[in-house]
Amino acid sequence: MNSNIMSSIMDQIPQIPVSQWMNDFIAWLTQNLSWFFNSIRDGGSWLMDGITDLLIFIPPLLFIVLMVALAFFASGKKFGLPVFTLLGLFYIYNQGLWEPLMFTITLVLVASLLSILIGVPVGIWMAKSKAANWVITPILDFMQTMPAFVYLIPAVAFFGIGMVPGVFSAVIFALPPTVRFTNLGIRQVSDEMVEAAEAFGSTGSQRLFKVELPLAKPTIMAGINQTVLLALSMVVIASMIGAPGLGERVINALQRAQVGPGFVSGFALVVLAIILDRVMQGFNKSKND
Amino acid sequence: MTTKVEIQDLTKIFGKKERQALELVNKGHSKEEILEKTGATVGVNKANFKVEQGEIFVIMGLSGSGKSTLVRMLNRLIEPTEGSILIDGDDISKMNKDELRKVRREKVSMVFQNFGLFPHRTILENTEYGLEVQGVDKAERQEKAERALENAGLLPYKDQFPNQLSGGMQQRVGLARALANDPEILLMDEAFSALDPLIRRDMQDELLDMQETMHKTIIFITHDLNESLRIGDRIAIMKDGEVVQVGTGEEILTNPANDYVERFVEDVDRSKVLTAENIMEKPQTLRLKQSGPRVALKRMKTESLSSMLVVDKNHTLKGYVTDEDVLTATNQETKDLEPILRTDIPKVSKDTLVNELYDIIHDSQTPVAVVDENDKLLGIVVRSLVLGALAKTREEEVINEQ
Repeated sequence: MNSNIMSSIMDQIPQIPVSQWMNDFIAWLTQNLSWFFNSIRDGGSWLMDGITDLLIFIPPLLFIVLMVALAFFASGKKFGLPVFTLLGLFYIYNQGLWEPLMFTITLVLVASLLSILIGVPVGIWMAKSKAANWVITPILDFMQTMPAFVYLIPAVAFFGIGMVPGVFSAVIFALPPTVRFTNLGIRQVSDEMVEAAEAFGSTGSQRLFKVELPLAKPTIMAGINQTVLLALSMVVIASMIGAPGLGERVINALQRAQVGPGFVSGFALVVLAIILDRVMQGFNKSKND
Repeated sequence: MTTKVEIQDLTKIFGKKERQALELVNKGHSKEEILEKTGATVGVNKANFKVEQGEIFVIMGLSGSGKSTLVRMLNRLIEPTEGSILIDGDDISKMNKDELRKVRREKVSMVFQNFGLFPHRTILENTEYGLEVQGVDKAERQEKAERALENAGLLPYKDQFPNQLSGGMQQRVGLARALANDPEILLMDEAFSALDPLIRRDMQDELLDMQETMHKTIIFITHDLNESLRIGDRIAIMKDGEVVQVGTGEEILTNPANDYVERFVEDVDRSKVLTAENIMEKPQTLRLKQSGPRVALKRMKTESLSSMLVVDKNHTLKGYVTDEDVLTATNQETKDLEPILRTDIPKVSKDTLVNELYDIIHDSQTPVAVVDENDKLLGIVVRSLVLGALAKTREEEVINEQ
C-alpha cells in the first residue's frame, strides 16, 4: 500500500522539462553567438582544408618514407615498427584510401593540438588551485561519461556539418585525459623537489617550468597519447555529421551493409592508430631514458 | 660574537582548531593534552634560541620531536603559527613574498636529507639552480657553479645526472649547490643521515674542514648523538616540539637538564667509548681461488701495500699474504694463493674497545681484521687508526680538564 502511495505521489509531480531546457539553451546559444560560431567555422574550415591540401600535395611515396624514418627513430632504431609502418601505409594506398587517410590525419592532428593547448593549462590550473580542482573534476567526469554521440547534436547546431563540428566534438571527447594526467603529474612531484625549488627562492613560474613540468612530463605525455587515440576514435564517429575521411567510408559501408568495404576501411584505421600510438610511446620512452 | 639567527616563541600547530590549540599552548599544556582536547598536533612548541654568527648549531631529537618542522620554519617552507624568526634582526615571519624570496636566494640555503637533487638536470645544472632563479647570466653562474663543484672535487662529473652518482657524491652536490650562491646561513636537514656510516664520517670531516675556511652559520638537524657531538659547537635538544636544553656538547653531557636529556646522555657515554666498528676501514682484499700471485702482486704495487687479506666468495676471512711470499710465488710460477696463505692474523669482533685493540695491534705484524661470529670480514684496523683514535680521546680529556 505504501508503495502505491509513494508511486502516486511520484506520479503527481509533472515531468521535469530537462529536454526543453537543453533545447532552449542550445537554441539561445546558436542565435546569440552565431557570429562567434560562424567565424570559428569559417576560419577552421579554411585552416583544415589548407592542411589537408598540403598533405595530399605531398607525394605518397615521400610521405611513407618520412613516416618510416620517424618510426625508425621513435622505436630506438629497431626494425619492427618501421616495417609495420611501411606495409600498413602501403596497404592504405593500395586500397585507394590515401585521400581519406589525409582527411583523418588532419582531423586528428587539429583535434589533438587543440586538446593539448586547452588541456595542459587547465591541468596545471587544477594542480595549483583546490577550487579549480573541485569544480573541474566533475565536469571532466561528465565529459567522459556522456555518450560520445550526444556531442554531435549541439556540434551540428553550432557549426553545421563538416570538419569543424567533427573537431569540436572530438576535442570535448578527447580533452579529459590530458587535463587529468597533467594535474596528476604535477601533484605527483615529490615534496622534496618542491621544497628544494622553494628553498632556493624560485618564483611560482620558475618552480613550474624548471621543476614541476619537466618532472611531470612523462605522465603528461601518457595523457596526450590517450587524447590522440580518443580523438581518432571520435573523428570516426564524427563522420555521422559529415566529417570526411576513413570514418566516412566505414559509415557508408555500414549504411549499405557492405562487409568488405567496411573492414577495408576499418583495417586502415587500426593501422593508423597503431602507428600513432607506438610512435608517441617510443618518443616518450627514449626521452626518459 | 654577534647573533645571526634568533627565534622567539616559535610555534607550529598542524590541523584544525589552530586558535584553540594555540591558547592551550600558551597556557602551557602538553602536546598529548592538546591532541586529546582539540585534535590538533603541536609540531613545535614555543621554541627559543639564538644562533651565533659562524657557529655550527645542531638541533637534535628523535623522529617526531619537531626538529624538521622547526628548521623549515626558518626559511618558511612551513609557515609558523606564531612567534618570530629574526635573521640579522629582520623578522622573517613578517616578510611578504618578495622579501622572503630575496632572503631565500641570497642569505639562506638548504641541504636535504634525500639530497633533493633535480633528476632531470645535470650536476652542473643542479648546482646552478640557485643562481639561475636569481637571473644571474649563464656564463657567470656556470663559473660559480663550477667553482663550487671544484671545491667538492666533483667537477669531472658535472655533465652526469644525479642517479649516476653514489649517495655520498650526490650529497656533496647538494652541499655544493647550497654553497654556490654564497649564502650566509646553511640549513642542513638530516643531511648525512641517508649515508652509510663510513661515508657519513667522511662528510662530517669535510663539513668541518670547509667550515674552517668559510665560517658560515650552519644549522644542522640530526637524530644522531655522535654526529651532534662531533660537529656541533652548540646543541639544542628537542622533545615533543619543545627545546629541552641548549648548550655545548660538554655542558649537555655533564649537566643534563632533565631525565630525557639524561637518558640521551647515558647512550652517548656508552657510544663515546670507541669500538673497532667506529674506526675500522674498508679493507683491500683478494679472493681465494680467483686471484693468483700475479694479481696479488699487481694490486699490492698499485695500492702500495705490504700485505693483503684473503677472503673466499662469501667474504669469509681465510688469512693473508705478504709481498715477499707473493713475489717468490710469482717467480716459481705458482697459480694459487693457497700455498703461501698465512693465518696468524689477529681477529676481533666489532664491539672490541679501542683500548684493547691497542694491545693487540702493538704486538702484531699485520693489521687487525674485524670479523663477525661467522668469520665474515667486516673491516680492517691498522695501527695508525688506533693511535689516531686514542690521541683524539686524550685531546678531549685535556680540554675537559681545562
